[in-house]
Amino acid sequence: MMHAVAIPPFEHFYEQHRVEVLRLLRRRLGAERADDAFQETFLRALRAYRRLEHGEHLRAWVLTIAQNVALDALRRATPTAELVESGAEDSRPAYEELAALTDGLPPKERAAVVLRYGYDLSYDQIAAALGSSPNAARQAASTGVRRLRRSVSS
Amino acid sequence: MTVSPDLDRRFREAAFTLDLVDIGFDVLDSPIGPLFVAASARGLAAISFQTDPEDQLERMARIGGPAVLRSPRSVEGARRELDEYFAGRRRIFDLALDLRALPAFTVSVLHELARVPYGETTTYGALAARVGRPKAARAVGTVMNRNRIPIVLPCHRVVGASGDLVGYAGGLDRKITLLELEGVR
Repeated sequence: MMHAVAIPPFEHFYEQHRVEVLRLLRRRLGAERADDAFQETFLRALRAYRRLEHGEHLRAWVLTIAQNVALDALRRATPTAELVESGAEDSRPAYEELAALTDGLPPKERAAVVLRYGYDLSYDQIAAALGSSPNAARQAASTGVRRLRRSVSS
Repeated sequence: MTVSPDLDRRFREAAFTLDLVDIGFDVLDSPIGPLFVAASARGLAAISFQTDPEDQLERMARIGGPAVLRSPRSVEGARRELDEYFAGRRRIFDLALDLRALPAFTVSVLHELARVPYGETTTYGALAARVGRPKAARAVGTVMNRNRIPIVLPCHRVVGASGDLVGYAGGLDRKITLLELEGVR
């Protein structure tokens, strides 16, 4: 029989993942800007934490949040930065399973597709990872899937 | 690589300030040893002599929700009043209490317990009588033993009918120290 993995108290979740999150953010943003992004990442996670439906894939989830916080920071810093490229390089942890298939998608659609179909997360959880609303997360996932279908059939 | 204490502190402060914490906790020093203290937005939710968070956090999550975080700011009021109490400068706690997830009988016993004055003792049977269940002294004893907020809810002031101290979840030594602090015995 399958049991949903219990959601750990946030303190455990935070202690377990904070070093890896900080390492990712430093790699993406440099030590100086990583601190603010670290705080933002765990605040986003905490905001969504009460709405989690299960405790699975929390590592993938928080690393995706960190990816998107870093992306937002890079976008603010250099408005012309090419988002597709910055999304591709360091995204291994959260994207390992669907990486090859979703490689060509824009970062938000890619994250939404992977979290929805790769990790079976709810749109609430995906919204927290993307820093968007659940509706926007749903839309990103469905646009991403449509785009994938087109690219597969073309 | 580690997360610096300063960065860690800033995150915990921001989480509290933004009201994202269901239950915040910290471990405080006291003359009767370290105390695990936890509070929600509703009030003080727990004090425990078992300070290992592993034992406590799941319990806190069941009371208030999964957003359980060490957050010194959450327990600032409790820290101040406990410090004053242990220094002999406070006889009555003014803290709001969070008694969620407790059975109705337990809550009514705890309400009566809260009225036992500083420096006085009562008995399990007397407390049972005051909640209208004069024969429930044993059940009252169980409530005392499981008291989620000892010290503030003064189960140390409850003794056996013969005057024996009987027991204390935190150990009899602590019960004696608290009663001596209050000038009893």
